[in-house]
Amino acid sequence: MRPEKHNSRPEISPPESTTQLPSAPTHANVDAIERMERGSELGWRAHLAVPLAALVALAIHLLFSKRAPAVETHSYTLLFYEIVGVSIVLSIAQRFWMPLRSWMRHMCPILTAAILLLGLWDIVTFGFQLLPMPYFPGPAAVLRSLINDRVLLLDSTWHSLALLLSGYTVGVLVGLISGICIGWSTPIRYWGMPLLKVVGPIPATAWIPLAMVVSPSAVVSAAGLIALAVWFPVTMLTASGISNTRASYLDVARTLGAGRAYLVFRVAIPAAIPNIFIGLFMGLGASFLTLVVAESVGVKSGLGWYVSWAQGWAEYGKVYAALIIMAAFFSTLMTLLFKLRDHVLVWQKGVIKW
Amino acid sequence: MEASSLRIREVSKSFPAPDDPLTRRLTLSNISLSLAAGELVSLIGPSGCGKSTLLRLIAGLDSPDSGELLVGSEPITSPNAERGLVFQDPNLFPWLTVRRNIQAGLVARGVLREKRDEVDQFMRLVGLEVFANAYPHHLSGGMAQRAALARALINHPKVLLLDEPLGALDAFTRMRMQDEVLRLWQAHRTTMLLVTHDIDEAIYMSDRIMIMSPRPGKIEQTISVGLDRPRQRTSEDFLRLRGDILELLHLAGESSVENKN
Repeated sequence: MRPEKHNSRPEISPPESTTQLPSAPTHANVDAIERMERGSELGWRAHLAVPLAALVALAIHLLFSKRAPAVETHSYTLLFYEIVGVSIVLSIAQRFWMPLRSWMRHMCPILTAAILLLGLWDIVTFGFQLLPMPYFPGPAAVLRSLINDRVLLLDSTWHSLALLLSGYTVGVLVGLISGICIGWSTPIRYWGMPLLKVVGPIPATAWIPLAMVVSPSAVVSAAGLIALAVWFPVTMLTASGISNTRASYLDVARTLGAGRAYLVFRVAIPAAIPNIFIGLFMGLGASFLTLVVAESVGVKSGLGWYVSWAQGWAEYGKVYAALIIMAAFFSTLMTLLFKLRDHVLVWQKGVIKW
Repeated sequence: MEASSLRIREVSKSFPAPDDPLTRRLTLSNISLSLAAGELVSLIGPSGCGKSTLLRLIAGLDSPDSGELLVGSEPITSPNAERGLVFQDPNLFPWLTVRRNIQAGLVARGVLREKRDEVDQFMRLVGLEVFANAYPHHLSGGMAQRAALARALINHPKVLLLDEPLGALDAFTRMRMQDEVLRLWQAHRTTMLLVTHDIDEAIYMSDRIMIMSPRPGKIEQTISVGLDRPRQRTSEDFLRLRGDILELLHLAGESSVENKN
């Protein structure tokens, strides 16, 4: 027997109207935005901002570059010619392709600002040399280092990635296991928590002297330190997530006939997943820090090693080049973790956007 | 599972007092009651009279200080799928879709494979088949509570315990849900113990009404509702019964004030 239709209608709302996350625009909003964007052209300011900014930055550079050998600045000027060219092509293409237009509307201001900032950097360093050399090279020199040293940079990135992922994976696995045990079992919490509280807050990098002595190789000790750095936040947040599982979820599960395996793996762990992800994020941040420090003191490869090696030769252009790679590298890993989180936590409302 | 009788004999339960952990406060004092198989009984009383504590004891989530609880002839020792419990908060698992919530009991007991057909049957029973793949935060309060009822009923409990299951719903939804619960009760003929603070709900739904008084919780009076179903909420008999119960509840409240002084 089914409830009569007029009976159930008032409380059944179509899922579409409520499935949107609070942070995402509603359908009505999207419609309004689309209508607005279809109606209005991209203004001339948005059209011209990026190429104009690129021309300004280029002019600044050419103004000062007379006294420098052409080979040193060639790729930088080429970059700006490319930016001018591409932005003009895009501003023509957006007339025919809607998604590109809304992307440009969103990106043009920030790109313009970034290009102008490059120009300012150029003035301060390369132009008037207001900052002491060789510590503050201009953007052209950094770009040149990036291009000239690309093979070594790529190789360093690869080594860093391998080291980071092996340490992070071990740290996460051990952290999840210890966190679940500490969070679920009272005796394990009694014995484990003091250890966690005492050992955990020590920065993993403080163990470097000890790690160098006990471990067979620098790479293994670095991976171990990264694992240690990741282990602490993952354990802490997992344990608190598990032990704070709403008692009523466990009560309900028990009255449904759940045994201990169900309570742990199908109730407590899913309930702790939001917390666990916070631990994973904190662990990822800690792993970046530990990676760079470990690479600059012991390991003879990777981006951290590259930075301190370049600094040793006073090649600061290379230092900045490596920093740019690191920024892109770490930011990508962060984004991937956010994507994973969004995928796993579809059931949760209002998650932080990255 | 068949519906089963429920017998409670001289059950007492105390908890540590929140303000003074060294003393214990008696929450239930010598409660005795029995429900025939397939009977629907309501427990009403002012807040703090131990209604929810009693349900937790019957569910097996807590154990009494003294006394005896029996389902059929089996003593209650721990939670079991034969005694379902539905709270005021539906407590659906937010990480599972509606379908997976409803089949949770089958998964927990490891019988999903044999009884997979029943999942669809129960989703249809509570009118949620369209929402099978929605997550609980997409559901309205009434829909969520229907899903919680289906989740409890899919185990075919001998006894279904309802702890103010409709308390959080608005008046219209609540009246519709009362019919819904009655329909499920009639379809499954399970023994039902309903805790509520809504007198109309108790009269509308139950075979018998037990009135509890607080501090310490005890059963003051049991009233048989001899009205034919479906009951008219505005009929003379209904209103007279309502008046009687209201009076008894006032008395119960006063006696508790005297006890406290």
